[in-house]
Amino acid sequence: MPEMTVSQNRPDTSAGNDVVVLLRNVHKSFANLEVLKGISFEVKRGEVTVLIGPSGSGKSTALRCVDRLETISQGQIDVCGHNLTAPDLDLRKLRLDVGIVFQSYNLFPHLTVAENIMLSPRTVKKLPKQQAVELAKHCLAQVGLSEKFDSYPEQLSGGQQQRAAIARSLAMQPKVMLFDEVTSALDPQLTGEVLRVIERLADDGMTMVMVTHEMNFARRIADQVVFMHQGKVWETGPGSMLDSPATPELQAFLAHEL
Amino acid sequence: MTPTFGLIHIQFLLQGAVLTLGLSLCAFIGGGLMGLGIALCRVSANPALRGVSSFYIQMVQGVPLLVIMFAGYFGLPAMGLSVSPLVAAILSMTIWVGAYLGEFWRGSIQAVPKAQWEAAECLALSRLQRMYHVIIPQAVRNATPGTVGFMVQIVKNTSLASAVGFVELTRAGQLINNSTFQPFITFSVVALVYFALCYPLSAISHKLESRLARGMRTV
Repeated sequence: MPEMTVSQNRPDTSAGNDVVVLLRNVHKSFANLEVLKGISFEVKRGEVTVLIGPSGSGKSTALRCVDRLETISQGQIDVCGHNLTAPDLDLRKLRLDVGIVFQSYNLFPHLTVAENIMLSPRTVKKLPKQQAVELAKHCLAQVGLSEKFDSYPEQLSGGQQQRAAIARSLAMQPKVMLFDEVTSALDPQLTGEVLRVIERLADDGMTMVMVTHEMNFARRIADQVVFMHQGKVWETGPGSMLDSPATPELQAFLAHEL
Repeated sequence: MTPTFGLIHIQFLLQGAVLTLGLSLCAFIGGGLMGLGIALCRVSANPALRGVSSFYIQMVQGVPLLVIMFAGYFGLPAMGLSVSPLVAAILSMTIWVGAYLGEFWRGSIQAVPKAQWEAAECLALSRLQRMYHVIIPQAVRNATPGTVGFMVQIVKNTSLASAVGFVELTRAGQLINNSTFQPFITFSVVALVYFALCYPLSAISHKLESRLARGMRTV
């Protein structure tokens, strides 16, 4: 059986159990435009990987591929033991392992903050009501929004909405969290409160992949920085890489960002 | 001697109005259920369902309601199914309302931002759960003012059932006019009764619309 061979081989290809996310030679095209031209990187358990690069470099697309919001044209992606290119991939199991937070929050406007958080634990994980309420309270406390339990999203500031969205993802107890430019729609003050929440999560050992333009934050928090340019991984290294860029492209990008 | 328009006629018109209201209600309930099914088929992942429902809408929108009525009332008996004017009217109205509400509700469903679908998908909700918990509640909110507004069209279009001999408000007016020969007063009263039925619906629709415009939340 071919499937058996694939799953037996997987530990070898993903180089041990510590690799939570693995991209190998990933290509992605939209119509005739090739957005990802063979990118590879790994994310280890408990590590924070930050994707940086100019607009159009493909970093958001790469992140969306990890949660299978985009299907790739070629290459290999393994996330938490799920082979994303397998024909029998169970998308719902993948989504139980992966949490994602978007630039535009995407809270459900007709539900209160608590209902937003409890929806999936209740309907997907079949958690009893009382336990779900406790979970929502716990997650809201984690992002410092305990007093907004019964508020509707429209009654919250942008920063509060984004923190509520993070709490909603946390409630699913994901193995890896993806952040897609989560502060790009916020002013500097609100950006700070969201980044503090993310930093606390990182300190607690959450495995994270984030796309961001906040270079100071990236330098401080990243275990690994992946610089993307023109659909390729141009340079990879620890956070300190941002102080001593090897390629002129990263140099130019950093000069422009800071 | 010809009778003059009097209380007894007004009473007859009101009886017709009750039947107009009844037919409208049946058409709205039947057509609403039909429309819900059509709307869900139109946004289905299954191309066959999408195709059939789209064809249905195109067909109904391309044919006058009066012709649908005639097809029901005269066509079905020709195929060996005899139907009363009431049944023919309800059936035709249901088909007609189903197509229009179906298309309108499809638009309301698709007006819910794609990001809402994605967020729900990423929370591991199944397609059905996404629809039920996230999309439909927001679509209902989008669709309510327009749906109430469309009920005015339903009430007015039940007048076409007079053509297949169903004695609703318009037909009642015709019958009275045939005996009194006082068309002005007769149809003025008929018009007044239609207005009394429709005006509250229009008013509610406008109110809902402005409330929707003020904010997403309608609590």
